[in-house]
Amino acid sequence: MTISINRRAFAKGFGGIVLAFTLDPALAQQQKQLPGSLNGNRLLDAWIRINSDGSATVFTGKVELGQGIVTALAQIAAEELDLPLARVRIVSGDTGRTPNEGQTAGSQSIENSGTALRLAAAEVRAILLGLAAAKLEAAADTLTVADGVINAPTGKTIGYGELSAAADLHREATATVRPKLAGQHKIVGQPIARFDIPGKVTGKASYVQDLRLPGMVHGRVVRPPRYGSTLEAVDEAKARAIPGVIAVVRDGSFLGVVAEREEQAVKARVALAESAKWRLGPELPDPANIFAHLKSLPTKVEVIGVKQAPLLAGAPKVLEATYTRPYMAHASIGPSAAVAEFKDDKLTVWTHSQGVFPLRAEISKTMKLPPASVRCIHTEGSGCYGHNGADDVALDAALLARAVPGKPVRLPWMRDDEFAWEPYGPAMSMQAKASLDGEGRIVDWNYEVWSNSHSTRPESTTGANVLAAWYLAEPGKMGPPTSPPQPAGGGDRNSIPLYDFPNQRVVHHFIQDMPIRVSALRTLGAYANVFAAESFMDELALAAGADPVAFRLAHMKDPRARAVIEKVAQLAGWKAGEKGDGTRGRGIGFAKYKNLACYVAVVAEVEIDRKEGNVCVCRAWCATDAGLVINPDGLIGQIEGGIIQSASWTLHEEVKFSTQGILSRDWSNYPILTMPEAPQIAISLINRPTERSLGAGEGSQGPTVAAIANAFVNATGKRIRDLPFHPERVKAALA
Amino acid sequence: MAVTLKINGASQTVPAEPDTPLLYVLRNDLELNGAKFGCGLAQCGACTVLVDGKAVRSCVTDIGSLAGAEITTLEGLGTADKPHALQSAFIGEQAAQCGYCINGMIMSAKALLDRNPRPSESDVRQALAANLCRCGTHNRIIRAVLRAANEMGRT
Repeated sequence: MTISINRRAFAKGFGGIVLAFTLDPALAQQQKQLPGSLNGNRLLDAWIRINSDGSATVFTGKVELGQGIVTALAQIAAEELDLPLARVRIVSGDTGRTPNEGQTAGSQSIENSGTALRLAAAEVRAILLGLAAAKLEAAADTLTVADGVINAPTGKTIGYGELSAAADLHREATATVRPKLAGQHKIVGQPIARFDIPGKVTGKASYVQDLRLPGMVHGRVVRPPRYGSTLEAVDEAKARAIPGVIAVVRDGSFLGVVAEREEQAVKARVALAESAKWRLGPELPDPANIFAHLKSLPTKVEVIGVKQAPLLAGAPKVLEATYTRPYMAHASIGPSAAVAEFKDDKLTVWTHSQGVFPLRAEISKTMKLPPASVRCIHTEGSGCYGHNGADDVALDAALLARAVPGKPVRLPWMRDDEFAWEPYGPAMSMQAKASLDGEGRIVDWNYEVWSNSHSTRPESTTGANVLAAWYLAEPGKMGPPTSPPQPAGGGDRNSIPLYDFPNQRVVHHFIQDMPIRVSALRTLGAYANVFAAESFMDELALAAGADPVAFRLAHMKDPRARAVIEKVAQLAGWKAGEKGDGTRGRGIGFAKYKNLACYVAVVAEVEIDRKEGNVCVCRAWCATDAGLVINPDGLIGQIEGGIIQSASWTLHEEVKFSTQGILSRDWSNYPILTMPEAPQIAISLINRPTERSLGAGEGSQGPTVAAIANAFVNATGKRIRDLPFHPERVKAALA
Repeated sequence: MAVTLKINGASQTVPAEPDTPLLYVLRNDLELNGAKFGCGLAQCGACTVLVDGKAVRSCVTDIGSLAGAEITTLEGLGTADKPHALQSAFIGEQAAQCGYCINGMIMSAKALLDRNPRPSESDVRQALAANLCRCGTHNRIIRAVLRAANEMGRT
């Protein structure tokens, strides 16, 4: 590719290519706010290094979770550097090497890391051009770049590699070099194939589970029957007698084993579990009354969205409804795993944590090791969809590794470790009340949501936020859970409507007591809030005698929101006032994720087996606006994955428990959507090259559950307000 | 104790007890990464291999039961340089997000195509009904299997 540098019309005050990267002395005095993750990681060489062979090494604190982020970030860096993708190597999530970008979560990687890399790469390219102008004795604005080679009109050329030694990138980024305009993109916007897939489909070592270090041994842990239990006695000798067992590790109520071979560790785990005597922790709440119980706990009440206009006189029609969602599991296909090595008083942990820096802080605190002695290196695991067991198993592995210094320990959790101990997505209750005027317009909207915290991740509270820490002889304790503030929100995410209502009041009842362990599950509260609010919109449309699509448009001013609603209606061939036939029907759902990220509208078609109570989400249509699209194929994959995952949550998923403990311990008591049930899906992307990219990894789940719920009503005339739509509930609704 | 197995056409002797699940031997002794631990209960399919052409859950199959059997793993189908038609089709369709379930999808699909070279979409869905995917890659996986069937039918 060849792009003239004339395109770089610099921001006012930076008149030329050479001046463009000169640090403004006034700015150097005071730290100016830099965009995206550049702000917290301000040195250019923290992000990009140019190698002597002309390639670039790009560093990101964000990590691959199966969402294709490494490929998308490489596209951004290659684009701005004018380098072919093959000469860009990405290093991600390593406390020893990469910027600290906190968690890879909340659909923010393109927005934060992508922004940092885009600006850093543009600035590095400008620095290289400045050096080349001097070496080639040509005016900077006459230079062109093709595949990392800078060309002067005289025919003289110089490669990035030859300039690498002279290029001082150990300097603060200024973020003043303007990146390419969308029309100039050659790599961004292309459906580039993901780097990791060929290895994954041919058995190349791709996951932390595939890591084999010299002298590596195998670990397993033994967890109590339920939360807060204390280990009173265990027959360690019996486990030690099993061939291959190297160590039984007990610290307070933390119990684990290390063996030469994996199957030996599994046998020892069984032996330890059989002989362990536990003093049981407190009983769990009665699942039959879980929502009443949660609402009875102390709450922090926050009024988060108020609009006030004079209420109309007369007797408007008033509707009221309550919705719930149960505890839901991340349910990764591969249980969480880690490899740890404790050697020469230094600990190295290979982990699929979403945040290697926060994890390092928790491990260092819990194990009383200086942070400089702990290195956490991201290595892929099975998809996590939020805060699953990844961080917990990393501490478990570290505790086992400390007991066998010099021997790397690989620890994959067993299936029941993951299901019974991961922090679930919280159960939630949502209450909506609204008034319609005589014209069928919503004139007053009241919405309240009750929820636990949606993030008890490492470093999200004071105290210790990793499982094993709570069970050690000198236990750590979790600090009071917090809730991310609006506008992104936690349990209240997407609880403030994007519609234009003259009056509204939204209240978040944040419950800090946590009878069942919970944390971040993909979308946090948005899935439940969009389910409730968009179900309620349909209830109001029905009461107003209006078509659901037209009713939404009548209350929506945001042109981009209108565009996705109109687009999905067109794509689905939506007919105003269309009615289901008793077993088949369609419905719509819409949300702008977090009220900050991508716009998504979904139409779902359901078929109901009235006798068996089974619901099939047979087809779905979706329109998405995520601003400038970096990789359309990757974006479609994320949106489609979200639709299917949401269909699974909606139809099947609920963590089962009794007062005695968690009952969902394998796939038989936590079923998910199977291959024959997957809907056919059509997706339309509205690309907006001049708008900034919007996070999209969690955009379609909320609209999908609402579309399914509304389709069920369209088909049957009955509404289900409690998730999931399992057969007993469906049969009861239709009885 | 040592047990001899025939894996991807080669005879292999491993120092393991006969009651050891095949999965651990594949992953640890033979350093084959394809088959994955998902549940250890034959519920999810991530560990699927072929035993005498049939899709089998290696997490619950003891090596002592496999004397004389022909075992094929993902690595036995093809490599990144010379992929099997199924592997090429999964790359072509970008049919993986986290990719952890994909071994099982490809191996179950291989067993399907061996017995039914021209499956319908419904045949593919049914053949993969006991293989769980969590990322929501279902449709791409189905498309990849149908694409492989087409490619293989052409040659």
